[in-house]
Amino acid sequence: MYEAQDIDYAVPGRLLLDGADLTVRPGRVTALIGPNGAGKSTLLKVLTGELRPKQGRVLVDGQDIAALGPARLARRRAVLPQDVHVAFPFTVAEVVAIGLPQGERAPHRITGALEKVDLAGFRDRPYAALSGGEQQRVQIARALTQLASCDGPGYLLLDEPTSSLDLSHQLMVVELARQVARSGGGVAAVLHDLNLAAMIADEVVALKGGRIVARGTPAEVLTDALVGELYAVTARIGTAPQTGPFLLPQAMTRA
Amino acid sequence: MDAGYGDGAVIIEAVAVRAVPERGARERRARLGLAACAALALAAALASLAIGPVTIPVEHVLAILWRAMGGSVAGPEIGLRESVVVLDIRLPRTLLGLMVGAATATAGAVMQGVFRNPLADPGLIGVSSGAALAAVLWIVLGASLAAVLPGVGLPAFIGEFGLPAAAFAGALLVTAVLHVVATREGRTSVATLLFAGIAFGAMAGAGTGVLVFIASDQQLRDLTFWSMGSLGGATWAKLMAASPFVLLLFVLAPPLARALDALALGEAAAFHVGVDVERAKRLAIAGVAAGAGAAVAAAGVIGFVGLVVPHLLRLLIGPGHRLLLPASAFAGGALLLGADLVARTIAAPAELPLGIVTAAIGAPFFLWLLLRRRADLFG
Repeated sequence: MYEAQDIDYAVPGRLLLDGADLTVRPGRVTALIGPNGAGKSTLLKVLTGELRPKQGRVLVDGQDIAALGPARLARRRAVLPQDVHVAFPFTVAEVVAIGLPQGERAPHRITGALEKVDLAGFRDRPYAALSGGEQQRVQIARALTQLASCDGPGYLLLDEPTSSLDLSHQLMVVELARQVARSGGGVAAVLHDLNLAAMIADEVVALKGGRIVARGTPAEVLTDALVGELYAVTARIGTAPQTGPFLLPQAMTRA
Repeated sequence: MDAGYGDGAVIIEAVAVRAVPERGARERRARLGLAACAALALAAALASLAIGPVTIPVEHVLAILWRAMGGSVAGPEIGLRESVVVLDIRLPRTLLGLMVGAATATAGAVMQGVFRNPLADPGLIGVSSGAALAAVLWIVLGASLAAVLPGVGLPAFIGEFGLPAAAFAGALLVTAVLHVVATREGRTSVATLLFAGIAFGAMAGAGTGVLVFIASDQQLRDLTFWSMGSLGGATWAKLMAASPFVLLLFVLAPPLARALDALALGEAAAFHVGVDVERAKRLAIAGVAAGAGAAVAAAGVIGFVGLVVPHLLRLLIGPGHRLLLPASAFAGGALLLGADLVARTIAAPAELPLGIVTAAIGAPFFLWLLLRRRADLFG
């Protein structure tokens, strides 16, 4: 289990997280939703270890991440940050290879990771020449490469993994996350698209104003009342018999 | 590719490379590039030993070196004069040139990796100015210090190391302050970096001006040397004094290759893949300060080598630091020796300051770099 316990995080003049708890379980996908500024990305950054909370602690399989150190932590979890800018003219394969552990060189794994994100022929292209969506997929491939080197199935932490992706590749991310969970890994993803969250997640966690306001299955969290309150809209959530809750933007208005 | 393969084998291998893209063509080209840089450095060293007011054939140079190392050759008859010129005059100068060039270019490559920007050259952003000011301070005030404390009397040993140590301290101070000033939340502002560099340059200039004002005639001659840069004062003692600092850079830099690659993705992403970012930056800054400081202490301020060499190599062999760092060292040494060769032959018997030659090559290149990459350098 990957747990954040009672996290407070503040920047001068503003409390960004206020007693937030989050548990990412092996074999499950957890989606973090909430309006802009709710603290989703901040919570994910605390989870990765990038931000040190003012109060509270983060444990990975029972160990405090602050005591683990960057190198050992990197063998427990892989991270996809928001928009990565790469300095210097690295190729796609070289960017993905940065996900490999120190000293390891495994060209076939890089090729494999690129195939998973539909970029099989791109390995020798300069990263800077790719489109935003292609670059995001390269970063996903890098995170998957790191995850594959983790001790055990590991954890995958994704910050808005679909922000630049077209429809087909948004579905690809859903599939990849489900795949990681099926093989025993734990996944946490910050998502803005509630339909995607409903598809990807076993558990949806809703944040507002730095607090967790709801958690549960997609059907439990994505209700008219809660979505309405969360985003200050009037929403009518539909339910598809096979696939659970869905939202039609056309059925919503700003409150 | 081994020699002795026929054309058929070449074609088969080419096809195999395309069919199995695992063994990247870039990797092989990078290795070839590294070997070429090493060969270039060796060639430049031999040229530097052979060419001068007295031209000595390369086979004589090799024979002299071989004998000096205790080997015996039946080879050519060599006069004492040639032997003295090679061993006592040109060899220290050549080794110092290699060392200064290698240290400057490697420090440039490491610094650019840490700041994630190809403009972060120690010469350009004030690190070398800081080192030079500290070195000048040592020259002028170190002597006064010895005069004030005649009883203590600094041992000659410390005197020899004092200069590179002072330059190292100056470089370290500037680099550390630059890092604090220009980096916020893991992002380095290039504009701030360059403006801070201008500020440091101006401060160092003012400081040097004050010191020039109070310096004695002999000191003044030494000071002129700092502002221009030269390998003219090369001696074995100078070489020995600078080498521990250069060695520090070469010990610290190679293990940082992966961290520098990861830092290209930003400090957050580097941390995610397991890099201890703060530790890597501290080691890199110490290495850069040691290398840049020692280079300045040994040869004065020589600009643009740290900017031009890593940038060209990134275009040729790619930006991966595992090969970029050693290639920069070789190519930097070769470039500096080449520039020194120009400096001491173009107006012979007079000698042009080396800094002028590297600036003449480097400054237009710098402008070209700005024109070509305006958008992403400051974006």
